[in-house]
Amino acid sequence: MAEYLGIRHRYIDSTMTGGAAFEFHVQHAAAAIREGLAEAILVTYGSNQLSRMGRRLGTGGFVRANERVVGPSQFTAPFGLPLVGCYAMAAMRHMHEFGTKPEQLAQIAVGVREFAGLNPLARHRDPITVDDVLSSRMIADPLHLLDCCVITDGGGAIVITTEERARDLEQKPVYVLGAAGAQTHWNIDQMPDFTQIAATQSGPEAMGQAGVVHDDIDTLQLYDSFTITVLLMLEGLGFCAKGEGGAFVAEGHLRKGGKFPTNTDGGGLSSNHPGMRGIFLLIEAVRQLRGQAGDAQVPDCEVALCCGSGGFLSCIGTVVLGNDRPA
Amino acid sequence: MEVRRGRAWNRPIPNGEGDYGEFYAACAEGRLLVQRCPACDHRQFYPRPVCTRCGATPEWLECAGTGTVHTYTIIRQYRAEPFGSEVPYALAMIDLPEGPRIFGPITDVDVDDVHIDMPVEAYAVEFEEGRAVPQWRPRASEATAATAGDRGR
Repeated sequence: MAEYLGIRHRYIDSTMTGGAAFEFHVQHAAAAIREGLAEAILVTYGSNQLSRMGRRLGTGGFVRANERVVGPSQFTAPFGLPLVGCYAMAAMRHMHEFGTKPEQLAQIAVGVREFAGLNPLARHRDPITVDDVLSSRMIADPLHLLDCCVITDGGGAIVITTEERARDLEQKPVYVLGAAGAQTHWNIDQMPDFTQIAATQSGPEAMGQAGVVHDDIDTLQLYDSFTITVLLMLEGLGFCAKGEGGAFVAEGHLRKGGKFPTNTDGGGLSSNHPGMRGIFLLIEAVRQLRGQAGDAQVPDCEVALCCGSGGFLSCIGTVVLGNDRPA
Repeated sequence: MEVRRGRAWNRPIPNGEGDYGEFYAACAEGRLLVQRCPACDHRQFYPRPVCTRCGATPEWLECAGTGTVHTYTIIRQYRAEPFGSEVPYALAMIDLPEGPRIFGPITDVDVDDVHIDMPVEAYAVEFEEGRAVPQWRPRASEATAATAGDRGR
């Protein structure tokens, strides 16, 4: 990318924590700028996932039969475990421990689709119901087709710079109020607790830096690779108690007009998912904070929280953004 | 642990470098190994050169070859062979009584009968001569109970 754009950088970061990488990049970029290692940082992403690979991403085929698998993934890869199966095992355990219902997970997909209807660029825009989700075909129990994100091409970019530099730019500045990353495992078989993700660590750290509490957050942009990912984030970030995510989403808090409108661009479940979706969480949060979110605009949106998941619920990055300068 | 030999392995092949090789070799002899730390008694799987709790050098611990299902899924769509032709099949995380959790397929069962807390037992499948992986099936006593229509869920 540096070569392509002719950038002679003095700071570079290639942290690869899957789809959450961009939230980690914000943490690193903010620190680098504070330390004077850089003045303006470009975080960028482009993917031709759909054109190149079709819709295989979630349902296997990365490792070919008779290919040798090295390293710790050799304890999972030989047995036909697709990406969706990893998340399905987390969902199954959550249902077992807390009585979470497929209907409650489906509510997440229904709410996100409602926002997709307001985004002319979203992949799927027609409204869906809980019954639509539950009657879509099962991909990996208990996750149905409509519990899974779309597969698309896509790309995006964000520029992070100093407050001084941002002041006279054409676009209204958005402030990084807090940014943190955490990891519990990489391979799914090493996940310490299938009902808890590292948002329990990166969430409080990012919100603590920002000096905000849950009620201060006006919109959530949560990595919705699968419906269960959102549920685990809500619990991990503390928007509800552990185990109560199902009831929480069923109360409609994530919907348009709810307390925490979530994935207002239509998310990965309905709008776009080119493989690593974390950058779109940041972009949509910025649009909301600038009042540029069109029909999906959250009224008086001042603080947004983005939470990205990378790997197999492995790396969780949380970023809190605001449209007013930090106190 | 029963060892099934002589069938062609038509799926990705565990490479078995370093300590991993010892695990697969033991498996081919019918022994399921995890690691135990001689300093702090921490148990871990997959094998590593250090204890993830205290940093000491782990030893092997031979397991009973039994376990219970911690969580599972049933794969109903897979876009590559051989798995595409094998759906639906059950994959699970198995809690071992020795401590660690291990991933693997559950076979020899109707996938709709798989459930969390289900007792299972390991068997080994040779993927190369002298190297095998563990897979799982309902524990013998459980299978008998199921036949009698007496499965408690």
